Amino acid sequence: MADIKLTNLNKSYGAVHILKDVNLSVKSGEFIVFVGPSGCGKSTLLRSICGLENISSGVLEIDGAVVNDVPPSKRGIAMVFQSYALYPHMSVYENISFALENQGLDRAIIKQKVEKVADMLQLTPYLTRLPKALSGGQRQRVAIGRAIVRGAKVFLFDEPLSNLDAALRVQTRMEIAKLKRDMPQTTMVYVTHDQVEAMTLADRIVVLQAGRVEQVGTPMELYEKPGNVFVAGFIGSPKMNLISGGPAERAKCKTLGIRPEHLDVETKASAGAIAGVVEYAEVLGSDSFLYVATENGLITARQNGRTTHGNGAKVYLKPQNEHIHRFDDNGQRIA
Amino acid sequence: MASTVMNRIRLEPSRFALHLAVILIVLVWTLPTAGILVSSLRDKNLIATSGWWTALTTTVRSAQSRTKGPDAQVEQGGKFVISGNLFEGADGPGVVKAFGTRVAKPDEFPPGTVAAYDDGRSLTVNVDGSYVYTSPIKLEGTGQRIFYMTSVPPKFTTENYNTVLFSEGIGRAFVNSLTVTIPATIIPILIAAFAAYALAWMKIPGRGFFIAVIVGLLVVPLQMSLIPLLKLYNATGVLPKTYLGIWLAHTGFGLPFAIYLLRSYIAGLPRDLIESAQVDGANDFKIFRRIVLPLSFPALASFAIFQFLWVWNDLLVAMVFLGTEKEKSVLTYSLNSLLGSRGGNWEILTASAFITIIVPLLVFFSLQRYFVRGLLAGSVKGG
Amino acid sequence: MTSQIFSAFITVLIGVGGCIGYFYGSNALLDRLLPIDASNDARVVRNLKLQSTIRPWLFLLPALILLVIYLIYPVFQTLWLSFHDKAGDTFVGFDNYAWALNDQGFRTSIFNNFLWLLIVPAACTFLGLVIAVLTDRIWWGSLAKSFIFLPMAISFVGASVIWKFVYDYREQGQEQIGLLNAIVEFFGGSPEVWISLPFWNNIFLMVILIWIQTGFATVILGAALRGVPEDTLEAAVIDGAGPFKIFWRIMVPQIMPTIIVVWTTITVLVLKVFDIVLTMTNGQWDTQVLANLMFDWMFRGGGDFGRGAAIAIVIMLAVLPIMIWNIRQANAEQKGGH
Repeated sequence: MADIKLTNLNKSYGAVHILKDVNLSVKSGEFIVFVGPSGCGKSTLLRSICGLENISSGVLEIDGAVVNDVPPSKRGIAMVFQSYALYPHMSVYENISFALENQGLDRAIIKQKVEKVADMLQLTPYLTRLPKALSGGQRQRVAIGRAIVRGAKVFLFDEPLSNLDAALRVQTRMEIAKLKRDMPQTTMVYVTHDQVEAMTLADRIVVLQAGRVEQVGTPMELYEKPGNVFVAGFIGSPKMNLISGGPAERAKCKTLGIRPEHLDVETKASAGAIAGVVEYAEVLGSDSFLYVATENGLITARQNGRTTHGNGAKVYLKPQNEHIHRFDDNGQRIA
Repeated sequence: MASTVMNRIRLEPSRFALHLAVILIVLVWTLPTAGILVSSLRDKNLIATSGWWTALTTTVRSAQSRTKGPDAQVEQGGKFVISGNLFEGADGPGVVKAFGTRVAKPDEFPPGTVAAYDDGRSLTVNVDGSYVYTSPIKLEGTGQRIFYMTSVPPKFTTENYNTVLFSEGIGRAFVNSLTVTIPATIIPILIAAFAAYALAWMKIPGRGFFIAVIVGLLVVPLQMSLIPLLKLYNATGVLPKTYLGIWLAHTGFGLPFAIYLLRSYIAGLPRDLIESAQVDGANDFKIFRRIVLPLSFPALASFAIFQFLWVWNDLLVAMVFLGTEKEKSVLTYSLNSLLGSRGGNWEILTASAFITIIVPLLVFFSLQRYFVRGLLAGSVKGG
Repeated sequence: MTSQIFSAFITVLIGVGGCIGYFYGSNALLDRLLPIDASNDARVVRNLKLQSTIRPWLFLLPALILLVIYLIYPVFQTLWLSFHDKAGDTFVGFDNYAWALNDQGFRTSIFNNFLWLLIVPAACTFLGLVIAVLTDRIWWGSLAKSFIFLPMAISFVGASVIWKFVYDYREQGQEQIGLLNAIVEFFGGSPEVWISLPFWNNIFLMVILIWIQTGFATVILGAALRGVPEDTLEAAVIDGAGPFKIFWRIMVPQIMPTIIVVWTTITVLVLKVFDIVLTMTNGQWDTQVLANLMFDWMFRGGGDFGRGAAIAIVIMLAVLPIMIWNIRQANAEQKGGH
């Protein structure tokens, strides 16, 4: 069992308050993703769970035990760093076995464990190679192999795909998904700034901003019922349109939210439709995005396939009623 | 690279002038050293009488000799003839460029021609030194003097090195220098590496203070330490003029630079590596041994070279801490005292000097890369 | 002699072994005394904290001890000694300093040191810069730099012998064996005893240090020049600047911090160098410098520690501004980076 519980967790660097009253419960075996803009504190939160950062106040429990002061190696966790942190002068075998050496295990047992993990990750032919002789994807697998071989109950991932190019990113994302499937008992905490990774990999997502938890929920929950304006604008690409003024007042809220994919683009005025002029049309092949200038600001609308509207065309954007989001004066969701 | 941009600009001096200028500079820089190398291999009399630059080419020198005496004369066709070879009995065959009958003009006659004396005698000297001296009347007295110009090929000898190594004590001093230098290079590395890691990655209260102290100590002149240490050593009674004493001294003096260099390098290692090892359960000692030390090899090599050269070339510390007796004197001291006692004997001085510099030169050439890297550490600062 | 080699070998073994032994031993002891394998979690946590507080000092201790004994304590002791008499027993206040100010040898040294400080760093830096720029633009530049750099590996004594040979003097009429006099004669001049010419002999001694240290300046400044971003140069070319303007207005200002480092490093070295003067002239013919003077007084007449110390302090004072500057630079860097 490897559940993680954070209660009123705070972390400060001197006068700078990085993490503010974080409360979170991660179930054993869950794949949870911390997501948020740069500087929101997601990496700091991860490192605090790991033990590389000290917790200023609050309680961190792993598997039921309070681990605030317990050193990283004794928390039952393993970390996959952004840069993989492979020891450049050690072979793949030695990289993977290093942690086991520190546990004082017998050499024969170490060999057994390392070979098993190497087999699982298809690294067996590379055991004697140095990291510099490996491709990016292979290095990633070694980094994961290190985590697995320790038998840790909790895996921590610190933006593991950031350093990869687009094609490799997709491939590795699939490998991590496969890992998640192959190790259902292991809790995985994953940090990224990329909401696509979050939406595709997570069981649940934690959205952070400026050190606070904005919302915790499944990907679909966050997509369909964002709890506030920030989450609404963060999840979903392109961003949800947040409209104040006329349309919002008519819907009896401060801010009206409607996703580009939930706007119908019409050529005739109708009730509830917002009038505007197409400033720029992006045709991507599978979709088209229209950036429409209206009296309430620039609104983005999505159309299937090729759009018939060109620059300068007059259009009417009608929000689909069942997909309207309403937010109050504080930016909070109105039910 | 900046140079390619500069090359695109058309300059007043042509490329040729550029190469010439650099060649000139290199020449000026290497001529002095070349001078003693060449001189050390020359015969000692030659060193004292002619510039070393003449030794590289064949020079033409005037000389004189005598024909064989009247006992060797043979009567031939009514004349009395003495024949022989000027170079017989000399160091070896030679070449005659010109000859003459008067001391003021040794180059009057080309070889193979006949020089006539006023009284009917004649002399022919050939290129290979063979001569025919003819006289109408029987010769008496001693052999006739012949003046000639001969070319002297470059002649080199290792005799000076022999003398210097075995009779002048340089060989002994060489071993002494080695004895001082090697331990004084190895021991500081160990002590500094640990301290450098501690200052780079471990939690120490007042770390910034320690680093500032190290930086300050980098420029403290050695002179500040000599007198107190001399007093201290004398007080303990066991250390003055021992190898142990000088090893410790060089270690102490070398530590600031060692720690500065190594700390700077170790602090530059990726943070992830250290953290990953921590998460893997390694304590600082293990991290240092298994990860930091192997990865610091370039910096360790740089410092080792620096320290080696510095200790090998040192004079001051050796004079103060090791003393000046013959058995314990190092190469630098021996060379210095030779200058005093054998100041005029350039054959000894040049050979000794070369022996003192050959080891550093070899070390320098083979490990230049690390030496340069050591210099650059902390010296190149961004704009 | 073999016994000497043997004893040196044993020492290296003992020294290295001793160090390793200390480090392994002390760390093992720490691990033994504060075990972290115990099942008692609270004890584990406490021991780990203690370990990580104590262990850094284990690493630092040998270095600290040596630094204190060999560098820090002596600085204070020298200061103290400078206020005492020749044997270091009786307090004499500022007598040694007063003596120094009036001593002819001291005044000559100060004047000469001033000369050295003025000329050598400037010459080395300037030449180094010029050579760095020139060698950077030819294909055999690195090789050329090696030759300029080579004298750095030679001891000051060795260099002095080399240059004494260059400066050698034979009477006119005899063939010159010293390179300089030969060149002078070739151009029609008459040979001189260079190292005894009043005032100019200092310059000839300085040439030796410049010969040695220019390589240092060349390497460092060469690296700095290569670090100048190419875009700034290209922009200047597009703006129509000529090569000299680019050099003085774009390249040099961007490497000014490095120029300062080179200048100050050579300055400190100039203050410390005593081998050259000792070997070439031993201070005669008014070539005396402070470092050599101090050495003199350390051993003259059984050693006058008071006066020697006073001179050392003067050298230290000259170095002090540079030391403070360096520390401030280091601190600024500390705050910025790791």
